[in-house]
Amino acid sequence: MSDTPPFLADGIQRRLLLKGTAGILATGLAPAIHAQEKIVLRYLGTAVNQDKAIAEKFKADTGIEIQYVAVTTDDVTKRAVTAPNSFDLIDTEYFSLKKIVPTGNLKGIDTKKIKNADRITPLFTQGEVAGKKVGDQGTAPKKVIFLEGEKSKVFAKSPTQFMSLIPTVYNADTLGIRPDLIKRPIESWAELLNPEFKGKAALLNIPSIGIMDAAMVVEAKGIHKYADKGNMSKAEIDLTIKTLIEAKKAGQFRALWKDFNESVNLMASGEVVIQSMWSPAVTAVRTKGISCNFQPLREGYRAWAAGFGLPATLSGRKLDGAYEFINWFLDGWAGAYLNRQGYYSAVLETAKAKMEPYEWAYWMEGKAATQDIKSPNGDLLAKAGATRDGGSYEQRMGGIACWNAVMDENEYMVRKWNEFVAA
Amino acid sequence: MTDLAPLPPGQGGEAIEPWWQAAPFGAVFLLFFLVPLALIAMVSLWNFNEYELIPALTLRNYASIFEGCSHLTDHGNLCVTLSTYLSTLKFCILVWAITLAIGFAVAYFLAFHVRSPGMQTLLFVLCTVPFWTSNVIRMISWVPLLGRNGLVNQGLMGLGLVEQPVEWLLFSDFSVVLAFVHLYTMFMIVPIFNSMMRIDPSLLEAASDAGASGWQTLWSVIVPLSRTGILIGSIFVITIVMGDFVTIGVMGGQQIASVGKIIQVQTSYLQFPLAAANAMILLAVVLMIIWALTRLVDIRKEL
Repeated sequence: MSDTPPFLADGIQRRLLLKGTAGILATGLAPAIHAQEKIVLRYLGTAVNQDKAIAEKFKADTGIEIQYVAVTTDDVTKRAVTAPNSFDLIDTEYFSLKKIVPTGNLKGIDTKKIKNADRITPLFTQGEVAGKKVGDQGTAPKKVIFLEGEKSKVFAKSPTQFMSLIPTVYNADTLGIRPDLIKRPIESWAELLNPEFKGKAALLNIPSIGIMDAAMVVEAKGIHKYADKGNMSKAEIDLTIKTLIEAKKAGQFRALWKDFNESVNLMASGEVVIQSMWSPAVTAVRTKGISCNFQPLREGYRAWAAGFGLPATLSGRKLDGAYEFINWFLDGWAGAYLNRQGYYSAVLETAKAKMEPYEWAYWMEGKAATQDIKSPNGDLLAKAGATRDGGSYEQRMGGIACWNAVMDENEYMVRKWNEFVAA
Repeated sequence: MTDLAPLPPGQGGEAIEPWWQAAPFGAVFLLFFLVPLALIAMVSLWNFNEYELIPALTLRNYASIFEGCSHLTDHGNLCVTLSTYLSTLKFCILVWAITLAIGFAVAYFLAFHVRSPGMQTLLFVLCTVPFWTSNVIRMISWVPLLGRNGLVNQGLMGLGLVEQPVEWLLFSDFSVVLAFVHLYTMFMIVPIFNSMMRIDPSLLEAASDAGASGWQTLWSVIVPLSRTGILIGSIFVITIVMGDFVTIGVMGGQQIASVGKIIQVQTSYLQFPLAAANAMILLAVVLMIIWALTRLVDIRKEL
């Protein structure tokens, strides 16, 4: 620049201008400009819960954008432990908290900032449905929902102001069956290993969940009564796996499945007539016009629950945005949306307000549908006159026997599960 | 290849040049292969609990992999690790033998029976058809074909050949091998075809002039001259099958163990040190197989 005098004046002017701008920015205009920038929340979870319609509705209501990061259940946990800065909001299952909370990567959620916090169903806070205690074997949410403080690595024994996860969606799983191919009532988990269904049964190949389904069977067959199916001793793991290996060697299982779509495929093609299954998979088989029941069984259900958590490092406007999203989620619209898919929402009253009375009666009260029941995207799910498998909310959630869990002997369990797969 | 001959005397001082030229690729190799591999080796010696890796120097992971391998289990089986490796090796040998036979035959046909280069290209492209769809979709579509109510069973029952659906067509060793062969024969065809195309046609004419029969020519001329292709194809197929867990999982109904699957389950339960130890063992086994193969054919000399 020094050897080009003609441009000097111009240069100074430009520099002045720049300085001026910097000065203006420094005086406080910057935050104002910054504030107009849109908030984008990275939402880490499984694809099952990440509905496009929910993100669109939330954006329309608040202007905050949700960016879905969809991975598998295992990978949600893995990311929370290994890459806690890669998301702004996590949607994970309660059982994975035993792995995540001790790392300190989650922030306790201040329930004072959650408008509907005290209306969250007592299933989560006290383990009760309609005033009655339900089964709490495994990682029941009430054991892990409260933290001792905002920055805590331990679970609180009694309710506190800080929650580890705010519940979003939960359900109770059981066996799925093809009533048209079985042609008789199925009432017990023991049927999964009944030789009558040799070569036509399937089991979930996610070790921590599959072993609990197996434990339901072992208990139903009267082989052993577990103190806690979600936290077995080594001897109990050995016994459960031994039962599975014997069944496998006898040719009981057609396949094991890991992916939601595999279970739909197995059931719809008739390769399998009885298997561990998830509620939306049963719906998927039914929408193909194939009869499939999510069969209530006398020993009860294996329940699961997911919720929103906040990464420990989240702060400022993103933190406010995340709180806003959680509040919005509990406010009814999203709850109604989930209830219409056959899940259950955390705050029932607000969801009820956003559902038609006939929908509420079918989904939540176990009554016969007075008109056709449609999914949120308009697919026909049940014709008028049909009732929901498992009856009302109280009947179904009241029948919980155990919860998805991580055992203390997890490493040993995974090793024995691999032995079952290899047998 | 002659231009890679030793440098003439007097140019020794410039020997740094080839190093320099190889450096960028060397750096990539170092950064994306050797460093991660060293990390895996390191982590395989670490300790861990439910949620964290604990730096240590312990053989606990290796010990736990081989625990119980000195005796049979209560069910009369080998321990998990040995039986898994045996099962994986069994698939390796079966798939290798079948893909070699088919791959060699197809390559032979393409190289010596198809005269026009245009036709060769067309048929070659046809061989790649299995790769036009995604891996998972390709495997899942076997179900309607081989399943209990699938096309094959319907055909067999329609013809009155069987009364009951044949169950071993799907979710069995048979279906796993079938899917592997379907997927990986291509990796055999390409290198063998490449070797065959380099065979001087005059050699075949000479063999024929000398009175060799078709089989003698094949066995004494073509096979020895295609052995680099056979070896490269074999390395491809064996390494892929040894590490596979998706194909075995989907086609075996998740009921057949594979080393890859064990590693995958362990990583998904955050048992990284165990998975790393398993990966090191798998790597050692595969390297030993490849080392043995390269003893049979000196690949550097022949290329």
